[in-house]
Formats: sequence, C-alpha cells, structure tokens
Amino acid sequence: MLTNILPLIPIMLPFFMAVIMLLVGKRPVKHRAIAAIGGLILIIVSAYQVFFVYQNGMYVTYIGGWEPPFGITVVIDMVAAILVLTTSIIVFFITVFSFQSIGEPREKYYFYAMVMVMLTGINGAFLTGDIFNMFVFFEVFLLSSYILITLGGEKLQLPEGFKYVLINLVSSNFFVLGLAYLYSVTGTLNMADMQMKIASYEGDTTGLTIVAIVFLLVFATKAGMFPLYSWLPNSYAAPPVPILALFGALLTKVGIYAIARTFSLFFVDNVEFTSTIILVLAVLTIISGCIGALAYLDMKKVIIYNIIIAVGVILVGFAIMDAAGSIGAMYYLIHDMLIKAALFLLIGVIIFRTGETNSERLGGLIKVHPVLGWTFFIAGLSLAGVPPLSGFYGKLFIVESALDNQMFIAAIVVLLSSLVVLYSIMRVFMNVFWGEDMDFDRLKDVKMDKMMFSAISLVVIAVVFGLSADFLYPLFEMAAQSFYDPASYSSYLLEVQ
Amino acid sequence: MELITIILAGILMGAAAYLMLSKNLIRIIFGTAIFSHGVHLMFLTMGELKRGAVPVLDENVEAYADPLPQALILTAIVIAFALTAIILVLALRIYKELGTNDIEKMKGDPYAD
Repeated sequence: MLTNILPLIPIMLPFFMAVIMLLVGKRPVKHRAIAAIGGLILIIVSAYQVFFVYQNGMYVTYIGGWEPPFGITVVIDMVAAILVLTTSIIVFFITVFSFQSIGEPREKYYFYAMVMVMLTGINGAFLTGDIFNMFVFFEVFLLSSYILITLGGEKLQLPEGFKYVLINLVSSNFFVLGLAYLYSVTGTLNMADMQMKIASYEGDTTGLTIVAIVFLLVFATKAGMFPLYSWLPNSYAAPPVPILALFGALLTKVGIYAIARTFSLFFVDNVEFTSTIILVLAVLTIISGCIGALAYLDMKKVIIYNIIIAVGVILVGFAIMDAAGSIGAMYYLIHDMLIKAALFLLIGVIIFRTGETNSERLGGLIKVHPVLGWTFFIAGLSLAGVPPLSGFYGKLFIVESALDNQMFIAAIVVLLSSLVVLYSIMRVFMNVFWGEDMDFDRLKDVKMDKMMFSAISLVVIAVVFGLSADFLYPLFEMAAQSFYDPASYSSYLLEVQ
Repeated sequence: MELITIILAGILMGAAAYLMLSKNLIRIIFGTAIFSHGVHLMFLTMGELKRGAVPVLDENVEAYADPLPQALILTAIVIAFALTAIILVLALRIYKELGTNDIEKMKGDPYAD
C-alpha cells in the first residue's frame, strides 16, 4: 500500500516549478527556462502514463497509504491520462508562445508561476478520485485564473476580472453546497465508492436528482453552458491572447469533464430526466454560440463563441452517454482543446503583428504571411470538422449515436452548427488574409518566430491527431468505457476490499 | 437543532443574495463572505449535530458525531478566506484604477477609446 510517485508527477511537478519560480527572483529568463523544461518533462511523463494505462489498465495510488474509501485516491484511467497529456502539450506551447507575446512586466510578476499553479489544479481535477479533492483542485486553478485574468491591471481587465471572480465564487459556493448534500445522501466522498453505493441502492433516489441539478448548475457555469455562459465572452476577451488561449482551451473543458464524470458515476438513477436536461441545454448552447459567432467580426469574439458551440457539441455526446456518444465526445473534447489553443495562438500572432482585433480592418495579409494564412485555413477546416481533419471523427460518432437514439433535433443542430462554424471562421480568414490590402506600413515590427513555432506546432499536432484517429481508436474506446460503463471505473475498489 | 441551523443558513444565503445584488463593490464582497458562511453552516448541519459524543476514538463511546464534514468545512473556510482576500485586493485595485466603487459606473463601451 505504498504511495506511488508516478501518478502524482503531473500534480506535483508544476507545483514545485511554481515554487522554484517564486524563489529564483524576477528575472524572466529563469522563469522561461524553468517553464519550458518543466513543460517538456511533463509531456514526456504524461505520454508515458497514457502508454502505461493502455498496457496495464487503470492506475491507482492511495495518498499516505490510507485505504479507500477513507483516504484520498489518485485514479488515472484512460480519460484522465489522455486529458493530462493534452493539457501538458497545450500549456507547453502556450508558454513558448508567451515568451514573445506576454511582455516583460507580466513575466516579472510571476505569469509563468501562475500558469504552473493553474496546471497543477487542472491536472489534479482530472486525476483525483475524491469528489471533495476535486473541489479543492477546482479552487486551485480558479484562484490562479483570477490572478491571470487581472494580471497587468488594464482598465478593461479589472471590471471583467471582478465579474469573473464573482461568478466563479458563487458557483464554487454552490459546489460546496452540492458536496454537502451528496455527502449527506451517500455518506462517502470517494467517487468509486459512491458509484458502488448508489448502484447497489434499491430505495428512492429522488434526493440524488436534486443534488444532480445543483452539480449541473455549478459545472454548467464553469463550462459555459446555456443559459449560464453570458459571463464568458466578455471576461475571456479582456486578458491578452496567451491567457485567453489557456482559459479557452482548458478551463471550460474541466467543467465538461466534471459534468461527464459526475453524471456518469453518481446521477444514474434518473437518467431520462438528467440526460434530457443536459441534452436540451447542450442544443440551446450550440444555438446561442452560433448566434454569437455569426454576430461578431472581432476575431477574439468569434473564436470565443466557437468555444461555446464546442461545449454544446461535446455535451450532446456526454448527455447520450452510450458507447458511440462517449467515444465521440472524448474525440471532440481532445480535438477541441488542441484546435482552440491553436486558433487562439494564430489570431494572437495576427493581433500582435497588426494591433487590431477587428477582422474588418485587416486584409490581404496572405501576401506578407503566406504560411500563417494557410495554417489558419487548415485550422479553420479542422475546427469545422472537414474530413479527414480532427473535428470530423468526434462529430461523426456524436451524430451517429444521436440518430441511434432517435434524437434527430440534436443531430441536425450538431450538423448545422458545423456549417456556422465553417462560415464564421472562413469569414475571418477571408477578411484578414484576402480582400483589399490593408496598409502594410501599419504592421508592427515584432519578433515572432517563437509565436509562429508554437501556433504552427499545435495545428500540426491537431492535424496529426485527426489523421491518426483510427490508430488512436483503442485508447478512446478504453477512455469512453469509464463513462458508459461506470462499474469499470470503480473496479479498483474491488481489488482492495 | 438541525432545523434551526438550516433556517439560519437560509437566512444567511438570502442576506448574501441581497448584498450581492447591490451596486457597491464592498457590499458585494460582504455578500460573498456571508454566502460562504451560509454554505458552511449547511455543510455542518449535514454531519448531524448532537448525535453523540465528540469524534474521539474511545472504546466506551459508541455514537460519534460525524467528524468528516467538520474537517471538510475547515478546508472550505480556508479557501473562502483566500478568495475573500483576493477579491478585496481586486476591489482596491479597481477603486484606485477606475476611481469608483459603483459597478454601474464601470460599464460603457470598452472599445470606445
């Protein structure tokens, strides 16, 4: 019953890197070096973990040697392993991107340290097997996100940051309240133990459905679901692009992961009710995201509303929660994390080069930046899910499972949303890269090789992910099993008892 | 006893909602603090009050009050404390930067200038 160190590395390593950064002084060069080296180590470790889980199945450690269900467990199933790997890759490339874009004042005030603390919280939320521990890790990454969103203290950032903090404070308090209810109903906090207790309970479970709605309220706020997404677009648009990319690619996805995890493990008794609610809200989320994506010409806003569309699409898959739906949602989740980060970085390059966020005021940039333009084009196609790029497989499975379950409206909305995504992103592409030439003298003379490197690398990774989807299918099938067959998640408890 | 604390938690949350809907930054922050108090009180009640002896391992005592919610509340209180600290600093910075603590006056088109 020894505590195994390997599963804890994705949590501990970023934390220690942050501590070291706080100790070595304010010189940005040191922070950059630590962040980059640590990020690389993290990618290697989490890739090894994916391989390890694929070979040996689920991987569990009991912190301090306390046996479950009493101690805190760290559970690496395939879902957590894949998500941690994706998160590490994205954070590494965004830190490299920040070297040239975030600016020295922010770097001096511990930007990289905060990113690493946020990474600690996100990885912890993915890996933990204890629901209260998940709340703690949520608070860890939210606290650092409060600092990141207001870091720099620009006039736009402060009120938007306050709004963001307030919304998340309220929903975190509801999280505690939901935990209180859940604990009083089940008498345990270990997620696997809770699943087994609820599955074997014969009596009335109306109380659990109420708890389910409290949890849905909490995670829907964090994930940006209809009707609780209204804080998201303005708050996300306030900080500079690297921070926006981190938030857009990672934070909403943790909320989605939490919805999928809790609703697959705990709230399984009244599935007709809960899955219908999630499905309806997901469809409405897609529709409202589409309206936003069509309404704006501001590049940041278009992509931010595309986040909301993607949240809806993923949740359609998780609401149905059968084999095909879960596999599709997992594919789409990973695809969306990668491609959203890539797109934010691409528009980040454009914004830093031109100083404009409104795509209408730009034009003809393809003559100056052909590589950037065509990369953006491929990323746009991939976002919309044009086969064989990465968005296609997720949508294929999600639509297939929606049709299998006679949810025609959801399937149609998901399909139509692809058209809206394609239109909105191609409109940005045509405005920025084609069309009438802008005044090229206005372009700022900035160094951008590292920015281009990380943006293009992420697009390449997303494309490779799409092309190798067939090869990766066993991993995703294994991951989806945790959702549609929750007993497989809690099977590790049987070995202990 | 449980009923009284539950009602008290409800009153606290109602007061918090009232405060959070006001326009003054400081009132909003007090609202969040009181809201977390209400939630913690609710959590405490979920462990069942007055069920037995204190949760100390002893062979003679058979009925314990559940210690786990109390431990969890301690964590939650620390987190709420940190959050209150950070939001107070943020409010101070907003007041210095924008010269107002009225959220109505912080509006306006951010892209105008």
